[in-house]
Amino acid sequence: MSFAAFLFYAFAALALLSSLGMVLNVKNTVAGAMWLVVTMISLAVLYVLLDAYLVAVLQIMVYAGAILVLFLFVVMLLNLRSDAFAAPRSRATKFVGALVGVGALASFLSLLPGALPRVVEVPASFGSYRDVGLTLYRSYVVAFEVASFLLLAAVVGAVVLAKRRLD
Amino acid sequence: MVVPLTHVIGLSAILFAIGTIGALTRRNLVVILMSIELMLNAVNLSFVAFARAWGGVEGHVFVLMVITVAAAEVAVGLGIVISLFRNRDSVDVEDVSLLRW
Amino acid sequence: MPIDVVLKTLFIVLVVVAAFAPVITWVERKQSAVMQDRIGANRADIGGITILGLLHPLADVLKLITKEDFVPEGANRFLHALAPVIAAIPAIIGFAVIPYGATYQFPGYAPFTLVAADIDWGVLYIFAIGSIATYGSVLAGWASNNNWAMLGSLRASAQMISYEVTMGLSIVGVFMVFQTLKLTTMAEAQDTTFRIFGFLETFGMVRHLPGWLSWVKLPFWGVFVQPLGFIMFLSCIMAENKRPPFDTPEGESEIIAGYHMEYSGMRFGLFYMSEFIEVVVIGGLMTAIFLGGWSIPYFSKDAILGALTPVAGSVLATVLCMVAHVATFLLKVVIMIWLQMQIRWTLPRFRYDQVMDLCWKIILPLSLANIFVTGAVILLVQGAGK
Repeated sequence: MSFAAFLFYAFAALALLSSLGMVLNVKNTVAGAMWLVVTMISLAVLYVLLDAYLVAVLQIMVYAGAILVLFLFVVMLLNLRSDAFAAPRSRATKFVGALVGVGALASFLSLLPGALPRVVEVPASFGSYRDVGLTLYRSYVVAFEVASFLLLAAVVGAVVLAKRRLD
Repeated sequence: MVVPLTHVIGLSAILFAIGTIGALTRRNLVVILMSIELMLNAVNLSFVAFARAWGGVEGHVFVLMVITVAAAEVAVGLGIVISLFRNRDSVDVEDVSLLRW
Repeated sequence: MPIDVVLKTLFIVLVVVAAFAPVITWVERKQSAVMQDRIGANRADIGGITILGLLHPLADVLKLITKEDFVPEGANRFLHALAPVIAAIPAIIGFAVIPYGATYQFPGYAPFTLVAADIDWGVLYIFAIGSIATYGSVLAGWASNNNWAMLGSLRASAQMISYEVTMGLSIVGVFMVFQTLKLTTMAEAQDTTFRIFGFLETFGMVRHLPGWLSWVKLPFWGVFVQPLGFIMFLSCIMAENKRPPFDTPEGESEIIAGYHMEYSGMRFGLFYMSEFIEVVVIGGLMTAIFLGGWSIPYFSKDAILGALTPVAGSVLATVLCMVAHVATFLLKVVIMIWLQMQIRWTLPRFRYDQVMDLCWKIILPLSLANIFVTGAVILLVQGAGK
């Protein structure tokens, strides 16, 4: 196994474990958010190993560096400490639910090997900021502009929702 | 690619399943939002893997769009959480279930 | 691990972390003392010998190591211990992409560049790890179970995220001029000079620039081609580092010590050290992008090598050139550190709403205008050149 493949499996295991740590954590919401940060960073390492350099650094800058800080900010502001799982349901419901979930995942994973395309060779400049930037601003510039409107709507919405009423 | 494409898509599927379980079983609204973020990240991993498989950076462009939409959704979602907390002093989804059957 | 990467990393760790950061604590005391017309700290001695107060950093380290290391009651022990580490690591690894020398070649060996990691997107790497540094301050305040610390960390997180945005935007003009994100290429592109009055010839106002006007040249440094970008980036990155005048998160007269109030001993030492290491990283980054990096003004690397090789032989000429470039780089970093210290001891602390106003209402529109004007000028110059 090459060193890159070893790194991939190591960080894939880290991503899985930390996402489980986030979902299964009931005592401490801040610890859950930090587990999600670990997941994001290990996913960024996986992106680098898959030649997606710009996406990896944007994942760290935007996702792990801004969006999750916003989560932490809100958790700290509202002083959320502990939490619980959903109300207990009957054992039959839980069992059937787990069976359906595991069955769905298993059937998807069994379909995988035959349905995937063959991997092509890519040039050395694949995934660099030049490549992605040129594609984004030449072929998908309308999507880019619409995304900016979406962000404007989100900014206005967030300010209106979180503002204190002056009454 | 450093690992077979099957493994990467399998990892993405498992992360998505973990995110779905979190979104469906937790009671804390903030944790539900974080599980939704995990689902979006699993989908991003799929996009990046397929972009590498087919050799086209359109996958990366779409990942940028997904990250943008995630940022917008988190901003508005957390705004909703804050105003909900102001009114009811709790972020438990069981307390806001008036419209449930 | 190839030997040259180990040597370059060792150089960074020994020179930047071990040598510069403690000396900067001395510089802060002495420079502020000179500015305020007093003597400063000069009493730490070994056997009665004080060297102008240079033993004070050593005394500081000994004091911090031997202090009691406590965790406040009700605090989250793991996060309380983790936060200083998260604050310190991005400061130290930030220096990995900053070039402190050019590409040299000894006969018989492969050419090597004096940078620890020659990443294609070097500047984005620095922004990414700057984003991670936010968590140190945010977690420190929350994990201390203290209202004032929490206030400090809320202020810190809002300030750091806001200034990341403007940091990225204010430097887009530099990317447009140098056409690259790679710091080594930027430093090499700044190795030349340009004629100040060359625009007269480019836009056809004179047929050919007369000799005496042609003689007025400036080095093609970032600070001369993007002066507004320099000022904005310096403000944003000082705000990111929470240096005064942007140190509302560690209020010192408002919220006691802000997010690092419940820290003492070496935990506080890590916060303290990471702030000063980041001063050096800021100095290195500003030098690489705006002040020409390792290049000696008006003497390009090829000119120096061409002049020295016939005199001293190829190996000795390369060694002398390398030493000269590294010394120039360190001198420029020292100048940037001096500048940051001057700003720190001159300006009073901003009020919190002034900090946010400065980011979103002043620097953001100015940086967008800077991008627009830079793009227009580049298009005009390219169009006129045809």
